[in-house]
Amino acid sequence: MKNMKLFGAIGVLLLASAAIFLTSADHIDAPGVASTSSDIADLYAFEGDNPNNTVLIATIQGPLTPGDVTNNAEFDEDVMIQFNIDNTGDFVEDLVIQAIRRGDSMYFFGPIVPGNVGVTGQIETSGPMLSVRITTEEDIEPVTNIVDGMSVFAGPRRDGFFFDFNRFNLVAAGEVAPEGFLPPGEASDFFEDLNVLAVSVEVPNAMLGEAPPHVGGVLGIEGLPNAYNVWVTTKRKQ
Amino acid sequence: MKTYKFPIYILTVCAALFFVACSNDDDNIIDQSTCDDGLQNGDEEGVDCGGTVCEPCAMGLDFSGTFVQEDAMGRPAINTVFGGSGDVKNFFNVVAISERQNLQEGQTETFQQTFQNTLELYHDVYGASLGVDLDYETNILGLDAATFTTVLANFDALQVAPQGVTTYFDGVNVLTGRTINDDVVDISLTLIFGGMTGTRFDGNNDTPQLTTDGIDFGDREVDGFPYLQAPNN
Repeated sequence: MKNMKLFGAIGVLLLASAAIFLTSADHIDAPGVASTSSDIADLYAFEGDNPNNTVLIATIQGPLTPGDVTNNAEFDEDVMIQFNIDNTGDFVEDLVIQAIRRGDSMYFFGPIVPGNVGVTGQIETSGPMLSVRITTEEDIEPVTNIVDGMSVFAGPRRDGFFFDFNRFNLVAAGEVAPEGFLPPGEASDFFEDLNVLAVSVEVPNAMLGEAPPHVGGVLGIEGLPNAYNVWVTTKRKQ
Repeated sequence: MKTYKFPIYILTVCAALFFVACSNDDDNIIDQSTCDDGLQNGDEEGVDCGGTVCEPCAMGLDFSGTFVQEDAMGRPAINTVFGGSGDVKNFFNVVAISERQNLQEGQTETFQQTFQNTLELYHDVYGASLGVDLDYETNILGLDAATFTTVLANFDALQVAPQGVTTYFDGVNVLTGRTINDDVVDISLTLIFGGMTGTRFDGNNDTPQLTTDGIDFGDREVDGFPYLQAPNN
């Protein structure tokens, strides 16, 4: 039994390694979205330089090689990027911030209570809205916009993710036992020279409501501070 | 599990914004003084929007339609590392978080079961290559395999604390956010392979190095909004 399980395991992992080549945090995580305009690469959420603000960053379409591939990469006008904020602790979005491109600009809607929750939705045009011209390679500085304390940005950026991804594939396939990963200096950051398309939003916490008790408490991890649950989705116009 | 009962927070959306505001681009030194005066003036196509100076007007743009989810992400690397097959990964992306704990039509096992199997397979494969039996060990957060994979499969969101330090893990604080320079790979590897001490397979005492990939933040910089560096050329 053990051998059968192992045989299956090795097969699965080798296949997985092949299938997820070039993947990382969520870059090209699944064949259905790999190399499409809706493929999410990463999500970051942290306190802003202004401690009363929370920063939300989604990166998509990564990894992009520098030069033409990056310069020609475009946000899809049919793909809405949505930050989902659960402030009641039930993992259903109570507020959303949406971003979608029109022409050379990115339009942001929210934070707003969404009309629909879950996998199907609309652009919530009745909420706060602001826009920013999408930064291009011709801009020396990133183009940003700020209204009522909320900042927005959209454009290509250096991929913030760092990972010896090639070595991980070897580790996962059991091919580099007994050493495992390489020491600093010998390891290689696969994403060092790669780019992504990024959307950044910095929003006053006052617009996000009170945070619920941390989900860790449900799972027996005590003492964690109240925290929103935040995730990002991409949704395509039908 | 405990059931949380919280009052539903009633959001009072702040005063309605003008639907288009002006850019504050540092690199465009142009006069936008008419862009927030509440009047349609200059060559504006609407009130404070359009024309050669102001932000484009939203009015007239088409934001209609129904949008359907294609990808989703909370914590880093979850679907990639634990999804196993392409079919499962595809499915995980299009099921709402709150539904993921339930067996979905077409599934023979829940996402949690798949994730737990994958977690054990990583150990089996590495154990086989070392010639020993290897199983997951309860990790430094005190989570056994079932609980750990439940957290990953059924609660895949970043927890973000509006007060205090925000970090995936900084040695003291844990699961209060994710910054650009958080080493989420090492943290994840430690939770997967580190065992109760976090040092189970850390390269010392003749163990393999499975808890750090040897890569850190490097020369990336985070210098204010938008908090990511200019693209590589």
